[in-house]
Amino acid sequence: MQKQTEEQNMTAETQNTNKSHSFNVSAMGRENKGLNMAQEEAALTVKNLKLFYGEKEALHGVDMIIPKKRVTAFIGPSGCGKSTLLRCFNRMNDLVEGCRIDGEILLDNQNIYDKSVDVAELRRRVGMVFQKPNPFPKTIYENVAYGLRIQGVTKKRVIDETVEWALRSSALWDEVKDRLHESALGMSGGQQQRLVIARTIAVKPEVLLLDEPASALDPISTLKIEELIHELKNDFTIAIVTHNMQQAARVSDYTAFMYMGDLIEFGNTDELFTNPSKKKTEDYITGRYG
Amino acid sequence: MDLTKDAHTHHISQQFNEELEQVKNSLLEMGGLVERQVGDAIRALVEADSALAQKVVEKDAAINAMEMVIDEECTRIIARRQPAASDLRLVIAVSKAVNDLERIGDESAKVARMAIKLCEEGESPRGYVEIRHIGDRVRRMTQEALTAFARLDVETALQVAQEDKDVDQEYQSAMRELVTFMMEDPRSISRVLNVIWSLRSLERIGDHARNISEDVIYLVKGKDVRHTSLADIVRTVRD
Repeated sequence: MQKQTEEQNMTAETQNTNKSHSFNVSAMGRENKGLNMAQEEAALTVKNLKLFYGEKEALHGVDMIIPKKRVTAFIGPSGCGKSTLLRCFNRMNDLVEGCRIDGEILLDNQNIYDKSVDVAELRRRVGMVFQKPNPFPKTIYENVAYGLRIQGVTKKRVIDETVEWALRSSALWDEVKDRLHESALGMSGGQQQRLVIARTIAVKPEVLLLDEPASALDPISTLKIEELIHELKNDFTIAIVTHNMQQAARVSDYTAFMYMGDLIEFGNTDELFTNPSKKKTEDYITGRYG
Repeated sequence: MDLTKDAHTHHISQQFNEELEQVKNSLLEMGGLVERQVGDAIRALVEADSALAQKVVEKDAAINAMEMVIDEECTRIIARRQPAASDLRLVIAVSKAVNDLERIGDESAKVARMAIKLCEEGESPRGYVEIRHIGDRVRRMTQEALTAFARLDVETALQVAQEDKDVDQEYQSAMRELVTFMMEDPRSISRVLNVIWSLRSLERIGDHARNISEDVIYLVKGKDVRHTSLADIVRTVRD
C-alpha cells in the first residue's frame, strides 16, 4: 500500500517537473513573434501615393497600411523618400512649395487630403516629433500645456492632470517634477526630446510620427527614447523614421524598407532582419553595395 | 531570399568581409581536421592499429581548442558588427556547426579509445564489417555536410539528411545481429560490447553531420528545419 502511494507521489512529481519545464515563448520577451500584417487593423491606409517636388517624382505610388497600436519603422538610404512619406501623414508637405500629392491616405476611412479636412485638427490627431528637440522658450509646464491651451482648455485641474500624465508617460516626471516652472531650454537634449514627446501626446493624438527622434542624442538618452516608444505603443500608433538600422530592429514591430521613392519591402521586423525576401533589402541591411 | 555563393563579400566594410570570410574558412579548416579524425579512428579500429588510435585521441584537444577560438570569433563579430540577415545567419550557423564538429571529434576519440581496447584484448571480434560500412558512410556524410556548407549547396545538405535515415536503419540491424551473436556466445560479450559502443559513436557522428546540413539549410533558406520530417525538409529546400 505504502509503496503504491510512493509511486503515485513520484508520478505527481514527474508531472510537476514536466510542467515547470514546459517552454513558454512569450516568457522570452518575444510577444511580437508571429505578428501578421494581415491580422492588423489599419490606423492609416496609404493608397497609391505619389508625391512630386515640382517636376520630380519623389514617391512612386506607395501602398501600405500603418497598423494600429504598433511601431512601424521606415528605413532606407538618404533621399529614399522615407521622411517625405512620414510627413505626408500629417500634411507637413503642404508647407513645401511646389509639392504636389496624388493618391490617398485614409484616417478613419477619410482621405486626409480631402478639402473638408481641418489640417490643425489632423495634426492634433497625427502628432509629429522631429530630429532636433524643439521645445518652446517657455517653462516645462507651459510646453506641455500649450496644446491644451490652444484647444481652449482652461480648467487648471484638467491641465495639471494632463501635464502630469504626459510627463509620466514620457518617463520624464521624476526628473522634472520639482522644476516644472523652470525654462525648458535648461534641460539636456535627451530630456528636451522627451518633453517634446510629452507635448505631442498631451493632446491625445492617435498616431505619433517620429522623424529620427534619437539621432541627435547620446546612447543612454537614445535607449530612454526607445524604451518610451515601447511603452507608448500601448496607447498610440507609432511610425518612426530612423537611419539607425539596429534601432529600427530594436523598437519596431513592422519595418518598411524604402529605396529611391519606392516601398521595396514591408513586413514583420523579425523576418525582415533575419530573412528579408528582397535582394535590395538584404544588401541595404547588411551594408553591401547595391 | 536564397543565398548565393559570393553573398558574404561585397560589404562596404572590407574588414567585415574579411572577418566573415575568415570565420567561415576556420570552420572549414576545423571540418577538414575532424573529417580526418573520423577516417583515422575507423581505420585504427578496423586495422587494429593502436598507434594510429593513440594519435586520434591526442589530436582531439586541438579540435576542442579550435571550437573555442571560432566561437569567440563569432561572439566578437556579433558584438562589434551587429550582423543582419544572411550575415547574421552565417555567424549563427557557424557557431552551431562548430559545436557539432567538436562532438564529431569527441565521438571519433571514443572510437579510437575502443580501438586501443580491442587491440589490447587481441583477436578480432565480429562486427567489423558493419563498422567499416557504417564508418565509411558517416565519414562521407561529414565530408558532404562540409562541402554543402562551403558551397551553400542545399541539395547536398538534403542528401546528408536522407543518408542519416539509412544509417539509423543500418545501425538498428547491426545491433540486432550483434545481440544475437552475444546470445550465441556469451564469452564474447565484453568484446562485442566494445564494438557496439563504437557503432553507437559512428551513428552519432551521422546525426551530427545531419545537424550541420540542417544549419546549411537555415543559412541558405532562412528556415529552421530541425525536428521536422524529411518530407518537410525536401519542401523547404525545393521551395
